[in-house]
Order: sequence, then structure tokens, then C-alpha cells
Amino acid sequence: MALDILKERGVPLDRQKFTWREMAGPPFSKLNDDAYTRVRTILMNGIESEALRFSHAAARMNRDLQLPLATVRRVEQHQQTMVNWLNPPDQSPLDTTIGFEQVAIEVTASVAQSEPDPYLAQVYRYGMLEDFDHMYRYAALMDRVEGRDANDLLQGYTDIRAGRPTSVEHRAPEDDLRTPYDRTKAAPITKLNATTIMAAEHQTHDFYMTVGPTYADPVGRMLYAEIASIEEQHVTQYESIIDPSETWLEKWLMHEATEVYNYWSCVQGEGNPRVKAIWERFLDYELGHLHFVMELMKRVEKRDPTQLLPSTLPDPIRYESQRDFVRQTLAGEVDLRAVGTKFVRGQESQATLRYRDQLNSEGSPSEMIAEGYRWAPGTELADRVEFERSEGRIQ
Amino acid sequence: MTHKPTDVGRNRTGSGTSPLDTKKTAEGATASMPQRSFEMPTATKLRVDICGQSEPVGTMPPPTSLKGAAATVLQKLKGKNANVLLDLLGQRLAFERTGVRLYEALLAKYDAASLHDEGIAREDIENIRDEELEHFGVLVDVMRQLGADPTAVTPAADVTAVASSGILKVLADPRTTFTECLDAMMIAELADNAAWLVLADLAARVGLDEAASKFRKALGEEEQHLAKVQHWLIARIDGQLGVERTLPAPAPSMPPPPG
Repeated sequence: MALDILKERGVPLDRQKFTWREMAGPPFSKLNDDAYTRVRTILMNGIESEALRFSHAAARMNRDLQLPLATVRRVEQHQQTMVNWLNPPDQSPLDTTIGFEQVAIEVTASVAQSEPDPYLAQVYRYGMLEDFDHMYRYAALMDRVEGRDANDLLQGYTDIRAGRPTSVEHRAPEDDLRTPYDRTKAAPITKLNATTIMAAEHQTHDFYMTVGPTYADPVGRMLYAEIASIEEQHVTQYESIIDPSETWLEKWLMHEATEVYNYWSCVQGEGNPRVKAIWERFLDYELGHLHFVMELMKRVEKRDPTQLLPSTLPDPIRYESQRDFVRQTLAGEVDLRAVGTKFVRGQESQATLRYRDQLNSEGSPSEMIAEGYRWAPGTELADRVEFERSEGRIQ
Repeated sequence: MTHKPTDVGRNRTGSGTSPLDTKKTAEGATASMPQRSFEMPTATKLRVDICGQSEPVGTMPPPTSLKGAAATVLQKLKGKNANVLLDLLGQRLAFERTGVRLYEALLAKYDAASLHDEGIAREDIENIRDEELEHFGVLVDVMRQLGADPTAVTPAADVTAVASSGILKVLADPRTTFTECLDAMMIAELADNAAWLVLADLAARVGLDEAASKFRKALGEEEQHLAKVQHWLIARIDGQLGVERTLPAPAPSMPPPPG
């Protein structure tokens, strides 16, 4: 269903209200809800987290915008709370980690296919293959330390197998920067995609930095440290694709448009009626924010915001298994490496090689945890019990 | 609550709910790792190395008093490592203190539950809660007599709190049922019984006769708690299963163990 974001004005800011009880409302079911409900929840928490992060940065640099930023930000704070509190208490930090990686694979794969700029589509595919490998390593951790099956969370939508090995993803900072889009030429979807994936990766980084030290197993603690470092690289990569010459108000406007686009995408795919009502409500709230910022832009910068926005939103993010696209990318691009802003085969910079050798010099947690690991339905112990029986060691 | 956890619903875990997708995932996993191994020797060696080098979660606090009654009591422990006993006392104290909160949470579950003719009286749960509080008080007194700080977290108290943190999560979660909570409380009571047995025995063997006597009384009461929780749990499960069974009610009191 098309949405004309220039005509639809949503709910005005002064009518956007919350109570503690509704913010901390009933969570989704880890067992019964579709995996994409968790994926959407994790992504939208990341989108709202980015809204707050950006808003604070903008406030520190723009005295005149501090009050309007604070006014919208307070609502975003409570939106983020209501979204993030949908995660249920029986979903452990490692369960949520599996959800984060499913977001990074499935959403980035959808974005890579909708991206009209071929270079940026390559950037998304490159990052996606790295997160794809993280899923394999965390699934091995869940299986080999806790005796649990990551597929119970993934529900068969997402492969559990090696991608670009995490141990070779460590790069020097100069090899993580990319060429930004040109704000005067880029398609609206290009700007929405970049803000979406940057937000998702930033929240992933922050989540791993929060829960990593709460994991007891020493290999698990090291694995969180290692993958958090890659997520920091991913944030570096994705924020560098956004044109830094956009004004603060232009960036704010695109953040609000990104939130509208994402809630609208969530509405299209959501099967849980209670969660869908939240996406619909917040779509209306975000339309209110968007029009509030459009008015600010007209007043402060004397610019016409409609020149920056699409009247009709592009196709929504597709919340459906991207297995075929991911496998095709894996087969064709797993050996790509980043040198400067380019993707190449068969070479890497000396700076990256030195940096990586140092980090891995006392062992690689991602290699250790997945040594010889092959996922099997019901964990690798389901295969092992058959093997041990066949060897006559157990009955 | 419109559904019971045992209703057939839309649980999407397991390969049975997505057989085709799961088959594809398994085929992909096999293709990417044709020669698998169930061992992870490098990680195992690292764990052993780090376990061998790690400091404990913490150590015992210094005694608050070595004078008066505490000095007299500790005389009885001469030649023995009193800290081992104090650590266990701290562990039990913390467990009993949390036990009060567990039973308070169970009362909320009881009030929200659909109860049938299962012979579960609210005042029985209240009595157990009060006895947990009483046991906490006993341990506070004994620790003070021994010159220990009952407000400190001993290493065993900390580790046991980690071990039992899942029980608290089950009781606190509004989605869990009264029956599920009884199941979690059974884990707590089984552990509590075994621990009181050790503590009562230890106190007697090191000559802390007055404390040993109080601990044996607490153990007898804890045995009653376990018997009641098991009885209620079985009654609930039988009711849900639709089978009839005549269960003997828990004995009104259990004789204290010898010693």
C-alpha cells in the first residue's frame, strides 16, 4: 500500500503520549511469534536508538535547535522503550544476539537488493557476508557452551554456516572507509538505506559492548569482544557512505524519513496484531515528527524539504528469507577484501595485515569456538549421539 | 490468561514447524563443513588455562569482632578454618533471604491462578514464607555471634545467587503459571534441604551445639517445605493431566535427623 508522506501528517507532537504501563507492556513470545517479529523489534530499537544518538549530537552543535530536538527526542525515547520492551525476559542476551545477527543478514540482504547505486549495493553485500559469519560463530557458542540450538530462534529462515571468516574481517581503519553518496544526486532510497543499516549496526555494536562482559565462559567473552570490534568497523563503514556535507537539519529530516519508512515496512510484514498496532501507531507518530522537521527546515534554512523527500515511499524492506540471495553472494564474493574504499581480490594492505596479526597473535576466539563445527537440527549433540551409538560407546 | 502453556498453539521452534527450510539449512551447513569434528581442542585448552589462572569471585570479609562471645565461640573452632563455615552461613543466609521474596512472588501467582480442589491453602504458603524469614533471622544471629558481618556477601552466597537467579526469573515473570512456579520452587527447596543438612552436620561436628540445634530445627521445617511443594506440584499436574491419584498429605512434622 503506497503512502504519500507529504500529504499524510500523522499524529501531531502534542498528542503523542505514553504511560509506563504501556511502555513496559506484554512482550512477544520467544516460542510462538514469527522470527521476523523479533527481527523487526531489534531493528526498530536500533532505529530509535540512532534517533536519540543523532539528536544528542545535533543538540551539542546547534544551540538554536536544542528545544525542538529535545521535544522530539523525548517521544523517541519512549518509542524506543516501548519497542525494546517487546523483547521477552526468557530471551537471554545470547538469544538476542542471534536475533541481532538475523537482522544484519536478512535486512541488509533486502537493502542490498533495493539499492540502486551499484557501489553501495556492493558495500551492503560485503558487510552482510561478515555478519553472516558472526551468526555461525554465535550459533557454535550457543550449541557448544549452552547445549541450545540457534535455529529455534531463526526458525529455518537463515543459514548457519561460515561466511567471510570473522578472523580475517579485522582491518586497519583506512580500509573501513567508503565513498559517500552525493546528497545532490542520490536517490531517496539510497539515503533511507544508509541510515537504516548504520542505525542497525550501531545498536548491534552497543548491545555487544553491554552484554559481552556478562557472558561467563572465557571463550564467549573473547568472542563478544572480537565481534563487537567488527561491528565498530561496520559502523565506521556505514556512516562513511552518508554524505557529510548534508546540513544538520537535512540529516535530521532524513532520520525522520527513515523512521517513517521503517515503521511503514514493519506494518506491511507484521503478523502479530498487538505488535502491528504499535508499528501503526509509531508510523503516525513519525509522520508527525517528519512534518515538524519539514516546517523547521522551511523556517530555519529557508529550504523546501519536499525537494529532498519522495512523495511516495519506495518498496518496503522485505521481511522474508533471503537465503538464495545470501548463498549467491557467498559463492561469488566471500573472497573479496577491502583496500581503501575499494573491494578487491587477492590483496590486502600492509596496515590491515599488521593490525590483524597483532589481534590474532594469542589465538582467535571465532576460530576456536567453531573448530570443526557443523550445525545440525537439534544441535551437534543430536549428530554426536548417533555417532557415539554407531561406534558402540553409548547405547 | 486465555491460554494454558500445555494448549496446542503456534510454537514455531523445532525443525518440525519448518521442515523444508531446516533441511536447506542442514544441507548448507554440511556443504560448508564436509569434515566436521565434535571436538574443539583449542578452546578447551584455553578454558583449562584460564580456569587455572583465574582468581576467585571474591574472598571472605574480615571479622567484625574477635572479642566477647565471638571469641568464645571461635575458640571451639581452634585449628579449623572458620571461614569455611562462615562462607556457608553467608550462603544460606542469602538463600533464605531471597527465599522470602520467592514465596512472596509465589503468593501473587497463587492469587492470580485458577485453583481447583487441590488442597493448597494460601496460609500454608504464607507459613513457609514466614519460616524462611525466621531462618534468615537465625542465620543473622549465628553470624553475629561468630563475629561475622551478616550484611556482607560471601563468595558462596554470590555463586549460589548466580546459580539460583533463574528461579527468581521464573517466579517474577508474569507469564509463568502457578504450576511452573511450583516446579521452580521445588528446585529451590531441594537445594535448600541438602544445604541445611550439610550446615547442621558441620555445626555439630565443630562443637557449635546451640547453632546446630537451631539448624536441625530449620532443616525439619525445610523438609516440610519440600514435601508440601512436591505435593502441590503433583496435585496440579495430576489435575491438568486428568488423572486421579490419592496422595498422602505431607506429614505434619518430620523428626529431626540424628546428630
